[in-house]
Amino acid sequence: MKRHLISATDLSHDDAVLILDTAEEMGRIADRPIKKLPTLRGRTVVNLFFEDSTRTRISFEAAAKRLSADVINFSAKGSSVSKGESLKDTALTLQAMGADAVVIRHHDSGAPHRLATSGWIGGSVVNAGDGTHEHPTQALLDAYTIRRRLAAAGAAGTDLAGRRITIVGDILHSRVARSNVHLLHTLGAEVTVVAPPTLVPIGVEHWPCAVSYDLDAVLPKSDAVMMLRVQRERMNAAYFPTEREYARRYGLNGDRMARMPGHAIVMHPGPMNRGMEITAEVADSPRCTAVEQVTNGVSVRMAVLYLLLGGAEPAATKETHE
Amino acid sequence: MSETATPRRTLIKGAKILGGRPQDVLVENGTIAEIGSGLPAAGATVIEADGRILLPGLVDLHTHLREPGREDSETVLTGTRAAAAGGYTAVHAMANTFPVADTAGVVEQVWRLGRESGYCDVQPIGAVTVGLGGKQLAELGAMHDSAAGVTVFSDDGKCVDDAVIMRRALEYVKAFDGVVAQHAQEPRLTEGAQMNEGTVSAELGLTGWPAVAEESIIARDILLAAHVGSRLHICHLSTAGSVELVRWAKSKGWRVTAEVTPHHLLLTDELVRSYDPVYKVNPPLRTETDVLALREALADGTIDIVATDHAPHPHEDKDCEWGAAAMGMIGLETALSVVQHTMVDTGLMDWAKVADRMAYAPAAIGRLAGHGRPVAVGEPANLTLVDPAYRSLVDPAGFVSRSRNTPYKGRELPGRVTHTFLRGRATVTDGNLT
Repeated sequence: MKRHLISATDLSHDDAVLILDTAEEMGRIADRPIKKLPTLRGRTVVNLFFEDSTRTRISFEAAAKRLSADVINFSAKGSSVSKGESLKDTALTLQAMGADAVVIRHHDSGAPHRLATSGWIGGSVVNAGDGTHEHPTQALLDAYTIRRRLAAAGAAGTDLAGRRITIVGDILHSRVARSNVHLLHTLGAEVTVVAPPTLVPIGVEHWPCAVSYDLDAVLPKSDAVMMLRVQRERMNAAYFPTEREYARRYGLNGDRMARMPGHAIVMHPGPMNRGMEITAEVADSPRCTAVEQVTNGVSVRMAVLYLLLGGAEPAATKETHE
Repeated sequence: MSETATPRRTLIKGAKILGGRPQDVLVENGTIAEIGSGLPAAGATVIEADGRILLPGLVDLHTHLREPGREDSETVLTGTRAAAAGGYTAVHAMANTFPVADTAGVVEQVWRLGRESGYCDVQPIGAVTVGLGGKQLAELGAMHDSAAGVTVFSDDGKCVDDAVIMRRALEYVKAFDGVVAQHAQEPRLTEGAQMNEGTVSAELGLTGWPAVAEESIIARDILLAAHVGSRLHICHLSTAGSVELVRWAKSKGWRVTAEVTPHHLLLTDELVRSYDPVYKVNPPLRTETDVLALREALADGTIDIVATDHAPHPHEDKDCEWGAAAMGMIGLETALSVVQHTMVDTGLMDWAKVADRMAYAPAAIGRLAGHGRPVAVGEPANLTLVDPAYRSLVDPAGFVSRSRNTPYKGRELPGRVTHTFLRGRATVTDGNLT
């Protein structure tokens, strides 16, 4: 594995399967009375969040703490960043404090890449979502959820070969979609993105996926349907005429869910816009994995931090070499 | 530095004028006095050109000198020094300063600072609209009538997007043979735009700047210029589609001229994959197809000139994340090398065409007297001597500009300006500023 996790394209097939397998092990720890491993004791993980995202932040925080790392939460709001401090100076500050890993959420596409390649910090950088670029740990937890649900027991070591995954919604602005298209393709799945043409990026023809504007045509051929959050404000920029029209054409309701194969699951990265891209009936059905995805998120992020920071060797052995 | 009245003689020996056979050129009192073989060196400073190329002093129609207002990135003095180092003897200073060059007072200030610098002539460009706001015409006549004698008007950095304002500006400047230089960018199609819209932007998740946003304005302005019979100049053409539109306008005989920057002749949006803001520029770097179309158009004359769009920015405005970074690249000191690399060394143009695209034609568009003249007896001795065999890696530390935001750092480029003469006086000698 590379030293940083910036993009789903940083991961080879074997890297991705290793992370999913490691996450399985981590998941078993969550079932224990004491949900903690000593692996990253003495290591410092900084959650550097330039954008509000309580869900992702606490997921990373829980993951790091279960590995016994020291966690520092650095939120841009109310900090020196809101007083105009540059990303560079923030990074230098974190470096001076001895951060072993920086988990960064940023409103600008490419900010984690800059952080990792600019020489400002020495630790590993984990992209927790940058602008409209990528959100690789979300894609990993989605892949993990799909594998668990569809392969059931004995999932370890397997990929998603032949699985048909449909991603529906604001593909243009979605970092979740970009990371999932790459990762699921790497894992052998057949990915289709579905959206109104206004929400599909120019240049999508080079993505490793199919594109459809017709949700109903794709649903019967889907093993998993991932519904993306669609911001109501997009309507104001004329990406679609009204919320109701969007919901009618691209929302997932009970009737549509009934057209999916019996084994197929419904996914959502959250937070959900009930009534917009997903109806309450679907969101609350047992086929919807939204809550499970949150649980899996902690396991997957534990796996990522463990593999980036701890590596394959136990931390104690490594210390004797240093 | 100031011009002196004492007689000065310089003999340039064995220079290939526009790449022709080696000849001697005698410069006397700011004028080319004699051209021939074996000219006497008596009383003259002798420069052994040794087969290097002698060009007319280069003229830039698109330079951001940043003064007044952003002296932390460039001043008229540092910018004209950079220009001289790059072989330029005249630059047109863009109007997007603080305050904006939209009054006779500001353009005269810039013009005066240029004269005081002594490194190259500075011809101010006036804003088309007050404060580059696009709403109300600036006093174009007053700027023309001022000591600065403005003939080129541009809201560069902003597009004159209101069709009526653009029409009026085009018409109005006919009274004094002016030209409107348009920064073609449809504003609504480029809200929040960060890079060329295409394959790379789709992957990087950066908001796209579509080619159509440039081309739609160019198409409109060509038709407007044709309708009112005015001169239109289009800044920094960046797409293959824009080339087609200009080619069509010229085939109609309409008075449309266009420029291309050195960086659009060489670099593509693939570089943005690094997320390094040194590649962030407006209009954005496009695709290989666009680059090749621009080169072809420059060679066949569809694109009239090379203009640098030299856009200095302080280090902190580029040492940051892409979205927070300023747009623009410096280019005065590397322009000729990039043109040699992309156009001459590729066989697309000879040095005579380089002289046309980088000196004659820009001076003609700007109606700039005393520049862009042939290397001939009796002409002002604005000259540039180039060593085309020189090869070096671009090192920003050696730049004269106050800023360092070059996209060519570490890249090998050919050619070096060894001497620049402004009215017979050397501003650059052996590659060093005087």
